[in-house]
Amino acid sequence: MIDGALLSMRGIDKRFAGIPALRQASLEVRPGEVHALIGQNGAGKSTLIKVLTGYHRRDAGEVTYLGRPLEANSPQQAQASGISTIYQEINLVPLRSVTENICLGREKRRFGLLDWRAMHQEAERLLSSFRVKLDVRRPLMDFSTATQQMVAIARAIGFSARLVIMDEPTSSLDEQEVGVLFDVIRQLKTNGVSVIFVSHKLDELYEVCDRVTIMRDGSTVCSANMTEITKLELVSQMLGRDVSKVAGHATAFSRSATDGEGDVVLVAESLAAGQAVRDVSFRLRRGEIASFAGLLGAGRTETARVVFGADRPRAGSMSLGARPFAPAHPRDAIDAGLGFVTEDRKMEGIVPDMSVAENMTLALLPRISRNGVVDEKRQREVVKRFIKELGIKCSGPAQKIRELSGGNQQKVLLARWLAMNPDVLILDEPTRGIDVGAKGEIQRLIRSLSDSGLTVLMISSELEEVVEGADRVFVLREGRTVAELSGEEITEERILAAMAQGHVAHHDQEAAQ
Amino acid sequence: MIDAASSRSDSRPAASFDLFGFLARYGTLIALLLLIVFNLFFTRNFATLQTLNVNLTQVCTIVIVATGMTLVIATGGIDLSVGSIMAIAGALAPLIFLSPVFGGNVALAVAVGMAAAILAATLCGLFNGWLVAQFRIQPIVATLILFIAGRGIAQAMTNSNLQVFRVPEFQWIGLGRPLGIPVQVIIMVALVIIAAWMLRRTRFGRSILATGGNERAAELAGIAVKRTKLAVYAISGFCAGIAGLVVIAINSASDANLVGLGMELDAIAAVAVGGTLLVGGRATILGTLLGALTIQLVRYTLLANGVPDAAALIVKAAIIAFAVWLQQQRRA
Repeated sequence: MIDGALLSMRGIDKRFAGIPALRQASLEVRPGEVHALIGQNGAGKSTLIKVLTGYHRRDAGEVTYLGRPLEANSPQQAQASGISTIYQEINLVPLRSVTENICLGREKRRFGLLDWRAMHQEAERLLSSFRVKLDVRRPLMDFSTATQQMVAIARAIGFSARLVIMDEPTSSLDEQEVGVLFDVIRQLKTNGVSVIFVSHKLDELYEVCDRVTIMRDGSTVCSANMTEITKLELVSQMLGRDVSKVAGHATAFSRSATDGEGDVVLVAESLAAGQAVRDVSFRLRRGEIASFAGLLGAGRTETARVVFGADRPRAGSMSLGARPFAPAHPRDAIDAGLGFVTEDRKMEGIVPDMSVAENMTLALLPRISRNGVVDEKRQREVVKRFIKELGIKCSGPAQKIRELSGGNQQKVLLARWLAMNPDVLILDEPTRGIDVGAKGEIQRLIRSLSDSGLTVLMISSELEEVVEGADRVFVLREGRTVAELSGEEITEERILAAMAQGHVAHHDQEAAQ
Repeated sequence: MIDAASSRSDSRPAASFDLFGFLARYGTLIALLLLIVFNLFFTRNFATLQTLNVNLTQVCTIVIVATGMTLVIATGGIDLSVGSIMAIAGALAPLIFLSPVFGGNVALAVAVGMAAAILAATLCGLFNGWLVAQFRIQPIVATLILFIAGRGIAQAMTNSNLQVFRVPEFQWIGLGRPLGIPVQVIIMVALVIIAAWMLRRTRFGRSILATGGNERAAELAGIAVKRTKLAVYAISGFCAGIAGLVVIAINSASDANLVGLGMELDAIAAVAVGGTLLVGGRATILGTLLGALTIQLVRYTLLANGVPDAAALIVKAAIIAFAVWLQQQRRA
């Protein structure tokens, strides 16, 4: 431990239902520094933050804050000791005024009554220290997300916070608002307040952070000064290029057996949607596995949702088999021959209370019912066939899908779309959270499907999967396609470089054309 | 990490004997059988056709409304407005069949009156569904609108006057007994059978359960979630409309202040005791029927044995609490 650290967390362990979420994690924040905390999904960032703020109780390790052991048992206690958290979704009271939000919990009184004048002045004073001027009497919900964030920060400062934790504060801000937020962060710094800054946008880290701690698989893998670490190193550390590598070939994927390029099936031109997708273009060819590579927050899933009709684009166009394609509902995309296995199996994939059979035939219903009545016999045939073909381990078609393992649930969801006999199948993190055996099976299956003519768009955060499995890779970075690689060009180095810097050494910007 | 943890715990094989699961599934049936056995021994004149008819006619309207309610709850919603919709239907039908416009053609007047009442009730349900599906208003709030306004509308239509009538052609729906079976019992049984079949065998039934079980997954699998919601609320309104007509037919009178009063809670109680998950995704129409019968029989048993109605209400509440507790054990 370095003398004078504001916060020091060491050897933190945390298990959920026996599964370790944190393993000997550590974090050290100095007074008046902006400290970046980064890592892939599931690396343990939020768990570590929640241990710090007393939301979770740690299983082992120690936390020292201001030179004394910190025992926060609730976010309120943490706040009382000067640690404030500003979440992605702002947890203030939207209907009440800015003043009330800032002063909530430490109202000023005069003769036993609330002293509104003093409180309004206090709110204005706090906000003006960030050069924010607004009518503090108006309800919070009248203001933009960015302004609400400022209010949240002002509230934290009002509680004389020494350490402010910001969890992806820029994810819903536009560029100008980000600029304002960074000014505020610099202001905090000069006032001696430390900031823990969680973000996936690498450029931002270099703009505003002093040091960085990188987490992976629940452990802290490295801490460094921002000036001494390159983007490429950051990305490599986050993805952990040495962990799961097994004798050359880490996945069950192999490159396409067929040479040459198929017809273009799906074209997207300059798609934009929400804050996450800004300018994404790509072409998918028949029978190939194309892949979106990129860091968390690069806009991969969001793009997939637009292609599938789950979200509406605000700009750009698509065509499918030479015809314009603008799905307004997933049903339109399904009818046009698309399928979508989502990233979040629990939230967007399975219907837990339904059986394997019912889950499998959910998209197929219109085709296996006559006059609205489900043809049980046809359903049974389809389900039996796929249980056998995909080797789904279950007690039978009637078993509840919630009782299956992650890998088998995923196979049922794959079967949901394969039963539709689609032209294009979008797979978002198809092997996340499932065991190694099932993983290999699914990877082999994807390859054999593409060999038989199915066009696959695979989103994966596992670089091996992309490098070994994809015939074509589109690298997305902050909502833009920044590179297209195919065949021999697909190497880890090139993908990492594009993810980190936004271009590939010899292959600039072609994807954007 | 967390994802891995939860999927791991899900893959655990089902326990050899799940007591709570067994109780949650058959508890209502067992309770009902126990009640019947108890009554056979302790209640005089229990095993008579008359007792059966009394209980069935009393439970009929609850079951009819609860059937629609089950479908709404299966989508993860709730319908508080059913009682008020009953009042609207109950107020509208006599206004029409008592009106002089039909010039003494009673059959036509009754037909138009009933059709209009049921149509109005269905439209009320559609309005609920529209609020829920289109504007994503929480069902409890969306249906609270008609819960409050609906009775007001019914009172305004009748100037809060009691409508008394003697129209056998209409009252047949509440008093008729083809083959000795009350008409409303036939209606109830028919509705229960149709709804149970629909929930189990049709695409619409699947859409309902998928919507309640995981709305986002259903949407992404191409299920027309909005249309499904619209439909279940419309059906709930339709069922409430029929129940409203049955009630006024039995009473030979329609009082907008009283028709369907408190019905929403009786219906929800029947659904809950019947074992339908209140968060949606799992539903049993037969369970709802059993739930309603159980509550009815508890009340009857207590009354027949001299326990006052106030105490019966407390027992009813205890049964509901127990049923919900059982459900939670199952989920945990």
